[in-house]
Amino acid sequence: MTFARRAWIILWKDLLTERRSKESLNALLFFALLLLFLFEFALGPDRERLAGALPGLLWLGFVLAGLLGLGRTFVAERENDCWEGLVLTPGDKGAIYLGKLAGNLLLMAAVEVVLLALFGIFYNIDLWASLPALSVVIFLGTVGLAAVGTLFGAMTSQLRARELLFPVLLLPVQVPVLLGTVKATEAVLNGVALAEVGHWLKLLAAADLVYLVVGLLTFEFILEA
Amino acid sequence: MTQDPSSSANQRAIDIQGVRKAFGANVILNHVDLSLATGEVLTLLGPNGSGKTTLLKILATLIKPSSGRGRVAGFDLLTEVEPIRQRVGFLAHGSYVYEDLTAEENLRFWATMAGLPADGGALRQALAAVELEPVAGERARTFSSGMKRRLALARTLLGAPRLLLLDEPFAGLDQQGKKWLEEALLAFKGRGGAVLMATHSFGRGLSIADRVAILSGGRIVLDRPRASLDLEELHRLYALSTEDGA
Repeated sequence: MTFARRAWIILWKDLLTERRSKESLNALLFFALLLLFLFEFALGPDRERLAGALPGLLWLGFVLAGLLGLGRTFVAERENDCWEGLVLTPGDKGAIYLGKLAGNLLLMAAVEVVLLALFGIFYNIDLWASLPALSVVIFLGTVGLAAVGTLFGAMTSQLRARELLFPVLLLPVQVPVLLGTVKATEAVLNGVALAEVGHWLKLLAAADLVYLVVGLLTFEFILEA
Repeated sequence: MTQDPSSSANQRAIDIQGVRKAFGANVILNHVDLSLATGEVLTLLGPNGSGKTTLLKILATLIKPSSGRGRVAGFDLLTEVEPIRQRVGFLAHGSYVYEDLTAEENLRFWATMAGLPADGGALRQALAAVELEPVAGERARTFSSGMKRRLALARTLLGAPRLLLLDEPFAGLDQQGKKWLEEALLAFKGRGGAVLMATHSFGRGLSIADRVAILSGGRIVLDRPRASLDLEELHRLYALSTEDGA
């Protein structure tokens, strides 16, 4: 109960802070829009090229926006030494990780919804038919990205070269997730049933589980280090 | 039945021996012995860089000593970190204030994180105790440094700690704030609480101290009852000991 209360208060604090400052959301939405314009200029009106590149573009957008958002996870904790305050709170520090992760998932979900809608509008693609299957793939991919991103965000937040180290650490670990999500996204956008990409989904679910467990178990050591 | 080691009436709030802390070759604390009884106020004087903050952080379990042992609030400093954190209030250099939350929201957050009741009445009472109730709904970003210091003290006092570790508590406070803090600490002491207050300046902190210690060059070079020292003698001893320690 106390664990859940602590996780919830972290999420509540992060959402409230974000609602008031809008620092991350505004930056992410602007960045997403910029990416769409760049893709549009790079690919031109060739529908065939676009269809082939779409899964990669979609995830490139999600990952780049994720890098920007996840890297800022502990910015508020750096101010006024709040990080130190979190270290001193008694109880399981996994609750802090879980609350931070939930906040990141919500933030990334908001950006992904906007990016998906803009992709549909910009490139005149009908995503409705594949949306249920696509949502499952995006959910699994986002959990994997956010689980590691939250952990590495904490790990690098106290370092001077955090902006450099964060993507350098995060992206290699994300290879299974990126591989699985891009392949599964490509298939579901081509109308393949979800059951037929079960092997990719299993890979994603397994990676998510491993990342979540590692995050919950190691967060305390990162916070106290 | 297991007895709470911190509940004994004659329990020492702090009792450490031979505490040493080094960062690489840089020795910050060198064999520090210190004890503090419940209901006692100890003012720890020392110049910048003498190791006061490091000592407080070790006692608050924020950093581990390189060697040495001891007990804080009745619990082992090295192996019983959780119960120490539940019983000690630490006012650090940083205020631990989230700028985009209101004063009340800040207290709600820290109370919940500490596993304490966070109902509006209790939080308003805590804010009233530090004279911040009228601005309970205002964002901390709009507060002066003195107001943030008060808010930090309200957070420190949440959950009725038995020991307060205060790092430069009077910094950033105006004259009225300093007077108010002095009274608040006297009231805390009156309730049986122990206070270890670190400062590099001779100010109001001395007037409520039962004991005065000087930390210089990483060592406790003087530890005497306040009543046995007049201010002039203390200034002389401070100058002498900091010259020796430097």
